[in-house]
Amino acid sequence: MPSPSKDMLLDWYRQMALIREFEETCHQLYLQKRITGVYLHLYSGHEASGVGSMAALRKSDHVITAYRDHGIALILGMDANAVMAEMMGKKTGGSGGKGGSMHLASAAHNFWGGYAIVGGHLPLAAGIALEARYRGKDDVTMTYVGDGATNNGYFHESLNMSAIWDLPVIWIIENNGYGMGTEVERASGQTELHRKAAAYGIKDFGRVDAQDALAVYEVASQAVAYARAHGPAVIEHITYRYRGHGVSDKQYDSRDDMSAELRQWMDEREPLKILRDRIQAQFGDVSETLSAHEESARQIVAQSVEFAEASDLPRGRDALLSNTYVGSPLVYKTSDSIGAGSD
Amino acid sequence: MAVRNVAMREAIRRALHEEMLRDEAVFVMGEEVAYWQGTHRVTRGFLEEFGERRVRDTPISEMAIGGVAVGAAMAGLRPVAEFMTINFAFLALDAIVNHAAKVRYFFDGMFKVPLVYRAASGWGNQATASHSHAPEPIFAHFPGIYVGCPSNALDAYGMLKTAIRDDNPVLFSESIALYPKPSPLPDASDEAAQDDLLVPIGKGDIKRAGTDVTLVAYARGVDWSLQAARALARDGIEAEVVDLRWLRPLDMALVYKSFKKTNRCVIVEESLPMYSFGSEIAALLQENMFDYMDAPIKRVAAEDVPLPYSKEIELLALPNAQKVVDAVKEIV
Ligand SMILES: Cc1ncc(C[n+]2csc(CCOP(=O)(O)OP(=O)(O)O)c2C)c(N)n1
Ligand SMILES: [Mg+2]
Repeated sequence: MPSPSKDMLLDWYRQMALIREFEETCHQLYLQKRITGVYLHLYSGHEASGVGSMAALRKSDHVITAYRDHGIALILGMDANAVMAEMMGKKTGGSGGKGGSMHLASAAHNFWGGYAIVGGHLPLAAGIALEARYRGKDDVTMTYVGDGATNNGYFHESLNMSAIWDLPVIWIIENNGYGMGTEVERASGQTELHRKAAAYGIKDFGRVDAQDALAVYEVASQAVAYARAHGPAVIEHITYRYRGHGVSDKQYDSRDDMSAELRQWMDEREPLKILRDRIQAQFGDVSETLSAHEESARQIVAQSVEFAEASDLPRGRDALLSNTYVGSPLVYKTSDSIGAGSD
Repeated sequence: MAVRNVAMREAIRRALHEEMLRDEAVFVMGEEVAYWQGTHRVTRGFLEEFGERRVRDTPISEMAIGGVAVGAAMAGLRPVAEFMTINFAFLALDAIVNHAAKVRYFFDGMFKVPLVYRAASGWGNQATASHSHAPEPIFAHFPGIYVGCPSNALDAYGMLKTAIRDDNPVLFSESIALYPKPSPLPDASDEAAQDDLLVPIGKGDIKRAGTDVTLVAYARGVDWSLQAARALARDGIEAEVVDLRWLRPLDMALVYKSFKKTNRCVIVEESLPMYSFGSEIAALLQENMFDYMDAPIKRVAAEDVPLPYSKEIELLALPNAQKVVDAVKEIV
């Protein structure tokens, strides 16, 4: 594995700063009711997990994740305008306003989307990897899955199938300590989640400190190389969610132990700071570049909010019904005797 | 006995609490029911009061939640298993349909399965397609399980208590939109007074008397129907609102009685129109009440589409009181 160049590391910082700015802005917009709905799961705190691991991919590789998907979309290069417009349910959103926060995707980036049913995307990941295996391509599918989701049947069935068919999936378990309010220790018999790989004979790349983008990158590179050549791999990322499970999570406000834990992660394991220190230790003072990246993140996100708010909502029956099927659907209406397709 | 306005959420909590005090075989299991105090706050305070033995957080393992409840019930416990939302009960559909509903039958009566699945249901608030279902009819499709869907606090209280005491499996669907809605519930402190509030399995209820049209509904549909009935009354149309309360068994006798009087019917539901509550009631009416029918049976349901995130088109897809009024005006 080539050790990442200065430019690469600076670019990682740019990506992480953009995600942090985007997510914190989403949080504020939600409080101001400029983003509405009931679900908004932020990637703040997780930045190094996504940035470090996706840096090991090439363009033709695939990515899929759950509902905590804004950061993943931005890392892949999805336009911040389209992502923010989706948060606001606008026509110009990446999913035309139909999907919202939990359902970003971009076919152009081989980003197969965010999914809202816990574990539901895992067999899809195996299926996407199957296409590569089937056609003899060596592209891999990087798949993000929460700690809580590893206790779901979908996880076990998907990992097993990836093993017996040698599917090139990198199963990245993003262990942020909790599934909603349940600690890993109360939800999983095996608390070292990467060890679940052993049950299916899958190559286990162990646990990584996922607040450190470089450590993440190192292991991800090995796992990606392995998956390309052989088959599935498992990595466990130890990380933390800065904004709780989602917008409805009030634990961090109401529980002293939780807010103390959060403070400790922010003070001691802040991914942007860790990366900054790593870069400066190796390459000297880069604070000017990093500040420029932070400033440009602010501009990009501010611009995305403007763009999203100026965009139109999808309106009318056609917008509602479009893309239920390929081709024009025979829509069923209760007021018709057979359906809109009949006269 | 004092009667107070109580949120449906609180009535459900009270019913569950009383049944846990009454029978130590009753226990609660589900995601976030214990330490988090319940996603919808129905089990608030239960962990502190009853402890981990009877208030069990599960992993995100719906298939097992559905099936563990069946085994525990067969073995003699009375599980109240919660699906955080009814959307996630799809992952447990096999356990519900093939085991909860059929174990008694395929062993010819050897076992009983006295469990309750509680699930928060409904559409709206931009929850998006995979989190936006009111799929009660799917569960009611299968013989061997009962399906209860209360529309207010009093019914929720009486229905849940009955469901827990019944020796058959019950899917108990709680409309998220109705959780905060206050309605009158007597402060029944002793058991005899509480028992007076029990709602028998399969018993419907007339929520408003009327002579011109019968509105048949359940859960949130009852709300829309009552609102519509008030609007229609201003135009001199008196609608009778039948709240079936249980989708299985169905209190069709109550519907027929009302229909014989009004000769017109609009069926109102939150769910999708195809193979639905509305289809079933309409079919039964035309089979059994053909001679009393003065107009086509109308149905108000959601649009036949997955629910989008974006607010305006989401609302466009949902039923509401105005759609009920419009349907009534087509046939009265
Ligand atoms: C099948 C299913 N069950 C329950 C839920 C509700 N739910 C949404 S996210 C979540 C917690 C998931 O935790 P984890 O996998 O650790 O991911 P994280 O949110 O921490 O990133 C739960 C229980 C769901 N969406 N789908
Ligand atoms: Mg987690």
